[in-house]
Amino acid sequence: MSDLAPRARSLPPLPTAVSLTVAGLVLLVFGATTPLLVTPAKTAVALLGLGLLLAGASRLGKRWAGPGFDVVFWFGAGWLLLLGLAIVFVPWLPLAEDRDVATTVTEPVFAAPTFTGAHPLGTNGFGLDLLARSLYGARSSLLISLSAVAVGTLAGGAIGMVAGYVRKTVDRAVGIATNSLLAVPPLILLIALATVLQPHPRNVALSLSLLTIPGMVRLARATTMAHSNRDFVVAARAMGARRSRVLVRELLPNVLLPVLSLAVVMISVLIVAEASLSFLGLGIQPPEPTWGNMIAEGEGQVFEEHPHIVLVPGAFLFLTVFAVNIVGEKARGRWDSRSVKL
Amino acid sequence: MSTAVLRRLAQKALELAAVLLLASVGVFSLAVLLPGDPAVDILGAGRDPAEYAELRHGLGLDQPLVTRYLDWLGGALTGDLGHSVVPPQSEVTDRVLSALPVSFEIAALGLLLALLIAVPTAMWSAYREGSAADRILGAGTFGILSVPSFLAGLLLILVLVNSAGWFPRAEWVRLGDGDLLGNLHHAFLPALTVALAELAMFTRVLRSDLIVTLREDYILAARAKGMSPLRILFSDALRPSSFSLVTLLGLSLGRLIGSTVVVEYLFSLPGMGTLVVNAAGQGDYPMVQGAVLTIAVIYVILNAGIDLSYGYLDPRTRRVHV
Repeated sequence: MSDLAPRARSLPPLPTAVSLTVAGLVLLVFGATTPLLVTPAKTAVALLGLGLLLAGASRLGKRWAGPGFDVVFWFGAGWLLLLGLAIVFVPWLPLAEDRDVATTVTEPVFAAPTFTGAHPLGTNGFGLDLLARSLYGARSSLLISLSAVAVGTLAGGAIGMVAGYVRKTVDRAVGIATNSLLAVPPLILLIALATVLQPHPRNVALSLSLLTIPGMVRLARATTMAHSNRDFVVAARAMGARRSRVLVRELLPNVLLPVLSLAVVMISVLIVAEASLSFLGLGIQPPEPTWGNMIAEGEGQVFEEHPHIVLVPGAFLFLTVFAVNIVGEKARGRWDSRSVKL
Repeated sequence: MSTAVLRRLAQKALELAAVLLLASVGVFSLAVLLPGDPAVDILGAGRDPAEYAELRHGLGLDQPLVTRYLDWLGGALTGDLGHSVVPPQSEVTDRVLSALPVSFEIAALGLLLALLIAVPTAMWSAYREGSAADRILGAGTFGILSVPSFLAGLLLILVLVNSAGWFPRAEWVRLGDGDLLGNLHHAFLPALTVALAELAMFTRVLRSDLIVTLREDYILAARAKGMSPLRILFSDALRPSSFSLVTLLGLSLGRLIGSTVVVEYLFSLPGMGTLVVNAAGQGDYPMVQGAVLTIAVIYVILNAGIDLSYGYLDPRTRRVHV
């Protein structure tokens, strides 16, 4: 009996769960669409609704999938899935114009979000549709960050593994090179590179990948060193395996998971870095939309009168970084080997 | 100080010099990577060949790369970082020296504010571990970590400047003008923006360390003796729980500099951030080189200082080193 009691208590009652979910949904929709309230009040109501919705959904999920259910994780994963689908299919979606100002002469400017109609998230000062711009912005932001992380992980991981396995002069040279790369703070390095590189997506991705390399090198090197004297590696060497075979067949499988979990963490760092760079006017240039340069459109007076110019791309940026952080936290909790220290 | 400690310090200094030298080569090579000819950019179209040659000579562009690098490095070591290539072609050193105090103030105030908010919050959260307040603070700090500093700054402007009208925007009162209160009034909002991301991280780390400390027997003993919770938290639990926080202070330095740059640009403060961003936008490479080199030197030296300070803060690491 005493064994069963806490378990029974941990299951939340169904009526509370359902009523919280429904109340949250109603408040969220009401807060988002009502014309009766001013913007701060609408935001407060919508946020309250979101909080109730999460609490209700968490209870429902715990009843359905057990007490280990993490509603925020599934919320984040769902957002990333939705965004991923949207950026693949955005050219075929029925959206209003996103970059050609010549076609939007008759469109309303600075239209506020209504969540319905032709401009669900409103328009900017040129009558361009903010939903379309945010989705195309998501496309360039995610493409740039993901390819930068991929390049950084491959290059940094390979360099780190070789340095950690070969040691000696190679290791020392790699150490000095990574330290020098770390001598300049990340954003300053990006700004310096932006001075000389054209703001082309490929160049931005390459400079961003430089930010991930030092961390990757250090992690891959440390993990390789921690494994390179283990029995299975010694056995492989004793059987006459070449260096490349030891690295790829014996060490790589052990280095892969910690490196990949760092890669997930780096994705959100790079999304923020890319957005900061375009906010400063040094990244991807308008009319090509990115979340950073969309937010920069709201600087000064514009933001005061039309907060949605900043809030719409800001919400996309926040939700995406938040979702990647949540997923990254899970990945790190599951995959990171605690024995390795940076 | 024993000879072992001195040798360690000397070795550290040599490493630092090597890293800074390599970094300076990297910073210098920006000028080489720059597309186009700076002399053409300055003179514009329809230039006089003699004037062009003279300008190239003046900028040192007719010299071999190694000579140009050594000249630049020599100048930098004696405090002369050259001239801007954008009119009014001011001295880089002067501009950097007038911008540095502003950035220092914002970054230091931000760090101070972050600690002032994070320490009590973490204590409260750890003392009431698992309570509703603790969980809300946990979710809140995790959320703040996902807000980029320029977005946080804009939101603060929206709420505190535009709606409430508590703070001025886009002006700067220099400390040297003797108006300390005016200076702080203008610096508070930028510093708060810088503090936000840091304080979320600090709170989370200090909270988890405090929770471990609060389970120790000596805390139980203090409680049994009837000491007040505040006294236990501040005088018994805080110091042994703060080592991770100090480590984190060092790790967050790069992010702190980054957010200071963005926040200065956002609030149009005359600091290093605004200087380097504007120079980068105009392709003013001597200015970017000078500013980046200055930031790198300060950053590397501060990091080395933090590394060395562990030994004094935590005696356990001292024994391993010597």
